[in-house]
Amino acid sequence: MARKVLTLAEVRDGSLRNVSFEAIAAAKTIAEGGEVVSVLVGDQVQAHANELIYRGADRVVVIEHPNLKFYTSDGYSQALKAVIDKEQPEGIVFGHTALGKDLSPKLAIKLDAGLVSDVVAVEEAGGNIVFTRPIYSGKAFEKKIVTSGIIFATVRPNNIAPLERDESRTGSVEALAVEIKDLRAIVKEVVRKTAEGVDLTEAKVIVAGGRGVKSAEGFKPLKELAEVLGGAVGASRGACDAGYCDYSLQIGQTGKVVTPDLYIACGISGAIQHLAGMSNSKVIVAINKDPEANIFKVADYGIVGDLFEVVPLLTEEFKKLKVHS
Amino acid sequence: MNIFVLMKRTFDTEEKISIVNGKINEEGAEFIINPYDEYAIEEAIQVRDKHGGEVTVITVGSEEAEKELRTALAMGCDKAVLINIDDDVEEQDQYTTAKVLAEYLKDKNPDLILAGNVAIDGGSGQVGPRVAELLGIPYVTTITKLDIVDGGKVTVVRDVEGDEEIIETSLPLLVTAQQGLNEPRYPSLPGIMKAKKKPLEELELDDLDLDEDDVEAKTKTIEVFLPPKREAGKILQGEIADQVKELVQLLRSEAKVV
Ligand SMILES: Cc1cc2nc3c(=O)[nH]c(=O)nc-3n(C[C@H](O)[C@H](O)[C@H](O)COP(=O)(O)OP(=O)(O)OC[C@H]3O[C@@H](n4cnc5c(N)ncnc54)[C@H](O)[C@@H]3O)c2cc1C
Ligand SMILES: Cc1cc2nc3c(=O)[nH]c(=O)nc-3n(C[C@H](O)[C@H](O)[C@H](O)COP(=O)(O)OP(=O)(O)OC[C@H]3O[C@@H](n4cnc5c(N)ncnc54)[C@H](O)[C@@H]3O)c2cc1C
Repeated sequence: MARKVLTLAEVRDGSLRNVSFEAIAAAKTIAEGGEVVSVLVGDQVQAHANELIYRGADRVVVIEHPNLKFYTSDGYSQALKAVIDKEQPEGIVFGHTALGKDLSPKLAIKLDAGLVSDVVAVEEAGGNIVFTRPIYSGKAFEKKIVTSGIIFATVRPNNIAPLERDESRTGSVEALAVEIKDLRAIVKEVVRKTAEGVDLTEAKVIVAGGRGVKSAEGFKPLKELAEVLGGAVGASRGACDAGYCDYSLQIGQTGKVVTPDLYIACGISGAIQHLAGMSNSKVIVAINKDPEANIFKVADYGIVGDLFEVVPLLTEEFKKLKVHS
Repeated sequence: MNIFVLMKRTFDTEEKISIVNGKINEEGAEFIINPYDEYAIEEAIQVRDKHGGEVTVITVGSEEAEKELRTALAMGCDKAVLINIDDDVEEQDQYTTAKVLAEYLKDKNPDLILAGNVAIDGGSGQVGPRVAELLGIPYVTTITKLDIVDGGKVTVVRDVEGDEEIIETSLPLLVTAQQGLNEPRYPSLPGIMKAKKKPLEELELDDLDLDEDDVEAKTKTIEVFLPPKREAGKILQGEIADQVKELVQLLRSEAKVV
């Protein structure tokens, strides 16, 4: 059954987030041959429209308005509701990002719809669109279907493979004028606390530190390793509680749940709450001086040793590799 | 001020998950207040202590949730409401839960509603924003700071994937709590004694003038499964420098991730 499916594209730091392309891929599966329309919302974002076509969107609708410069649920829901009323899609896909998480439940109410959040896989099976999503912070998974109304889902970054970029794809780009008004919550200021660079939930490589890192200073070698690998730095709650780093880096059951290709745990004991957030990573490396540490039970490769010795050596070794390749 | 907290009872974070007859096995499991909801409760109590008023903690759940409601009362909430829909509703999803909560709240004139930003079991993060939208009030999610000034103006700090947004808004308002908002208190012994006498109201769907059809779930879980068990891998041996070399080789040629 062919469906028209809408996706929301997200721009961050002047470029499209990868999850925008992953949402298009998920939308293709849901569309079952129908049209995929990507929506680009913001203030001066039109320039990104063609990229969405190259990534598989059949059509792009652009909504620009000065009041859309910062994300607000009121502003964005007015924009999205206008496209949805016009396009009458049978499916909608957002990224499960700060923005997508905040906006999707509001729209779901406006559409009197269900919503499957934080999806890691989507397939057509037995006449249904079946979504797989983690529950209990990744300790288990569930498969869900939508039983009534529009098929609405948010997809977790880094899990659904985007389509191959192809510049020969063509499609129309249309502007839609929408009046954005009556914002009840206004963003006064954005305080940048994260480093420029790779977002933790989208990183292919994560170097994470625990209480074993011992100080804020102690994170430096981890940052260097992450940099060489083009990855991001994460942390255990132990490290966050001790004040070595910001809570926004926390990985685990009450932090971020991540699924990078490579997770390097340094000085992390492997408490169950931490494992919930990272044990679905593709490959796990543990560096810990305690051979009995629980983290070794989930690690593909382990080095028993002092992280302050091992991590800098690793950085050196990866640097060599880079020079050679 | 008329303050409400939405609270979910959930598995203790220490619990391992197992599946029996296609369902998550709850037998013998320890339950707790969803950790994010503890921040919501703490903040609600602090707001009340500063601005006056009353804190009501509400849950949609089974009879067993009385224990977590009593804990919330022991922390300092004034009243508790347990909405038990187990007998009326077979399939429940976030649509259901939000509808039930909003129906209860709609004639209570809430000034401030606090929820957790996500439940660590269901994990959708939908319920807070859904309730706000059903009530027609603004919301701000994942907040780490809340300042209410007289006249109902509110400044909140919102965590956005590690960055901070300073947001101005006004009451009535719903916010969802992020880690870092506060340090939840433990119930004190006198608090626990007092909690036993605080009002705990039990309601069913009928009491809310809702039919099963009004809250019918829009989604359905068709399967629950555990992730493939991770095998303990290889602990490298030898001189540290050699181990490091071997590791890089393995990551490259065996695991193919770098
Ligand atoms: C409700 C609740 C929610 C929680 N949520 C989370 C969560 O989301 N994420 C999370 O991570 N935790 C969470 N926790 C905390 C969790 O239980 C652990 O306390 C925490 O993960 C421990 O952090 P850690 O491994 O860094 O510290 P520790 O357990 O103290 O481990 C430090 C490790 O470092 C090693 N070490 C020390 N020095 C060195 C060195 N020089 N070189 C190499 N290794 C060294 C030690 O051998 C040890 O294994 C939660 C707890 C509760 C109760
Ligand atoms: C009898 C029963 C049957 C169920 N059947 C199904 C089913 O078939 N399929 C399915 O998917 N789920 C089912 N559930 C789970 C339930 O629908 C969801 O867990 C619930 O809707 C909350 O969603 P969530 O866990 O994603 O919470 P989130 O949206 O992540 O929670 C965010 C915040 O909302 C508030 N909140 C969430 N839930 C409640 C609550 N119950 N009471 C008060 N505040 C709350 C809390 O503040 C919480 O921190 C069932 C639950 C029960 C009790």
